[in-house]
Amino acid sequence: MVRVIAVAVAVVTLVLAAWVFFLAWRNRPIGRAVLAAAGVAEALLLAQVVGAIVLVAQGERAAEPLTFTLYLVASLVALPIGAWWALGERSRSATAVLGVAALVVAILVERLAQTWS
Amino acid sequence: MATETAPTTEATPATETAPATDQAATDRDQAPAATRARGLASGPGRLLVAVYAVFALAATARAAVQMITKFDEAPVAYLLSAFAGVVYIVATVGLTRSSAGGRRVAGVACAVELTGVLTVGTLSLVDRGLFPDEAVWSAYGQGYFFLPAALPILGLWWLRHTARS
Repeated sequence: MVRVIAVAVAVVTLVLAAWVFFLAWRNRPIGRAVLAAAGVAEALLLAQVVGAIVLVAQGERAAEPLTFTLYLVASLVALPIGAWWALGERSRSATAVLGVAALVVAILVERLAQTWS
Repeated sequence: MATETAPTTEATPATETAPATDQAATDRDQAPAATRARGLASGPGRLLVAVYAVFALAATARAAVQMITKFDEAPVAYLLSAFAGVVYIVATVGLTRSSAGGRRVAGVACAVELTGVLTVGTLSLVDRGLFPDEAVWSAYGQGYFFLPAALPILGLWWLRHTARS
């Protein structure tokens, strides 16, 4: 796992979560800027996958390989599914779903770090 | 809600809110059948389904990994987590179906969860030796921000709430 990317993902997703919950509180829809931020997080997560593959190819191993891999896969799908479910309805709660997805990714990144070393 | 958008300085809100009110009007015209059809997975229910789905996946996957890699360490805890995971899956599916059957399934799943989290939570505190490793429901779901205890209560409340309106 690449530490710098993990920290970057954590920062972006926590900011995203705060932003989305603020929008939900003000009852505003999810706009392009929010989706762009989610896109940045997703790009970083993809980079993390590539980074992990490179590291493993170089001979490094996760402390718990199976758990690490599952967390990695989950971190990739959480935001797209969350965004899909959030955009399916125009309501406060639906908007908040994307915030939950962002929080889930932040937790998954923390778990990634734990299962890597 | 409409008054809340008024202070905005941009010119767009007026045009933006217009379709929303039209939508609300058509919704009211089609009531009560339409409101019931939108039902469980709509409004706050949408958030509830999302959190349930996260727990369904997390509990099931985690228990599966634990059973594959170290089943002998705490078989009871891992089996209970797997059971909890299956109940979360059933509840999630039930909540996404707004039919009478879906409601009943979701209601039973929530009741089983509440019973499970209270029983296992209490047992885990009374006799720590019973669960050498944490199950989802240990200490009323402390490892998961107590959400395992909150979810079935919210679920049952939501089922009642939507049944009334």
